[in-house]
Amino acid sequence: MKLERGGPWIETGGPEGDVVVSSRARLARNLVGFPFVNQASGDQCREILRLVRTLDLSDHSMQWLDVMDLDDADRQLLVERHLVSRNFIDADTPRGLFIGDGERLSMMVNEEDHLRMQVLLPGCELREAWRRASDIDRKLEQNVELAVHPRWGYVTACPTNVGTAIRFSVMTHLPALRMTNEIERLRRAANALDLAVRGFYGEGSESTGDFYQVSNQITLGVSDADLLERFIETIVPRIVEYERMARRMMLDRSRMQLEDRVHRSLGLLRSARLLGVEEAMKHLSRIRLGVSMGLLEELKLSTVQRLFLDVQPGHLRMNNPDLSSPSTMVNPGQTGEEEIRLRRAEIVRNALSS
Amino acid sequence: MNPKCDRCDRPAEVHEIDVKKGVQIHLCRECAIEAGFQLPDSPPVTKVLSDLASMQVQIATGSGQRASSCSSCGTTFGRFRKTGLLGCPQCYETFAKQLEPVIARSQNGAGTHVGRRPDRDADRADHQALRRSILDEIERAVASEQYERAAKLRDRLQSIAEGPAS
Ligand SMILES: [Zn+2]
Ligand SMILES: [Zn+2]
Repeated sequence: MKLERGGPWIETGGPEGDVVVSSRARLARNLVGFPFVNQASGDQCREILRLVRTLDLSDHSMQWLDVMDLDDADRQLLVERHLVSRNFIDADTPRGLFIGDGERLSMMVNEEDHLRMQVLLPGCELREAWRRASDIDRKLEQNVELAVHPRWGYVTACPTNVGTAIRFSVMTHLPALRMTNEIERLRRAANALDLAVRGFYGEGSESTGDFYQVSNQITLGVSDADLLERFIETIVPRIVEYERMARRMMLDRSRMQLEDRVHRSLGLLRSARLLGVEEAMKHLSRIRLGVSMGLLEELKLSTVQRLFLDVQPGHLRMNNPDLSSPSTMVNPGQTGEEEIRLRRAEIVRNALSS
Repeated sequence: MNPKCDRCDRPAEVHEIDVKKGVQIHLCRECAIEAGFQLPDSPPVTKVLSDLASMQVQIATGSGQRASSCSSCGTTFGRFRKTGLLGCPQCYETFAKQLEPVIARSQNGAGTHVGRRPDRDADRADHQALRRSILDEIERAVASEQYERAAKLRDRLQSIAEGPAS
């Protein structure tokens, strides 16, 4: 499998890039004439793959991956890139994946729903993400018959996704709100607006690297266009403003403590010889904050952003092929886990060296 | 910027944003407590499905008249209760009565789709069937080494949706 170096995740400089890392529009669709994946036979799943993989969905060239053919290392990479869900990659039903346009576009075939597509763009670019997802949706409906209910709209295997079956989300970096203990308030405000707040890798990865993914929970009774406006006009600007306010406040009130934290994290990452992924992300988050606030002028945001991916286990293996199998360890005296922590520290040290 | 309390002159310690009104609120500790801004222990993100189970038990025991399994895919409402997943689009008709409150609850009371639907002017069912039969033909052509014919069929596959310009 061939993936680009990091897709939209390592691009910086998108709109509101100091706070909004990426924007995503996701759509779930099912075909008429087949049961949902959980009740479909192997043959029915393969027939869906056959119907869909020949579709010409985008002007961009699309790569088709048969998930059954991928090894564990490739599967891990896809999860770390947010191109597939863990459930999808670990299931044993026949399934496949489209990837295109530098990983901005992807579509899982035979996840919980027959089709789950996403458009992922760097920075605050929800409108463009939605436009591209809608284009593909129209191409789909010209070629296959999509299942809709007269009252509930697009139907999905889980009835809580019906209606537009669309999820908008923004991945935000909120270290200042975290440091000032404001995250719980953000959560409460988000809940009041029927928004879900999750971590970098979804449920259960809360707060890793101070990344918070904010998405809509409601898909019925509000059109995709109205929901989009709500995100663009209200939700995203207010989260961005809230985080920036907290950043300004720290700068005004406790500049020295803030600089101390940022530089300690940089010192730690420049010196550590063994580094776990959680620890790396924690200190990278402070460095990202420092760079965004102009406290660390010697570093580029893109260098830091790329490291968030490169410290993940799958990416470490991709960039260090000799690590790929535990039996071909470089230093036979060391445990595999320690070897990985050692390599992680090395990569971070080299990238941040002055 | 070092905001003072909105209600008195002490330095503000609580900074809340009222997302619905779009205003920032700054309060000192005393005024914050008075206004009811206590810090709760992390309230869990709304978990719709965990609430469903108890609700569905009530529904199931409350009525004897409802469909017990989908005639199209065989899914029973009991299975749905366990997995949270329906088996096919037809399940939405079969279990419409039972699903209504489930959907309304997960969607903040909403009950009707608003917005786009697939364009029904052309017959997409025909397109899907046509795709399948062309795919069959391509496979037969390739199996009998008629590669030119297979290539022509592939072109046809790509042009199904184009049809007459609208
Ligand atoms: Zn006060
Ligand atoms: Zn069914």
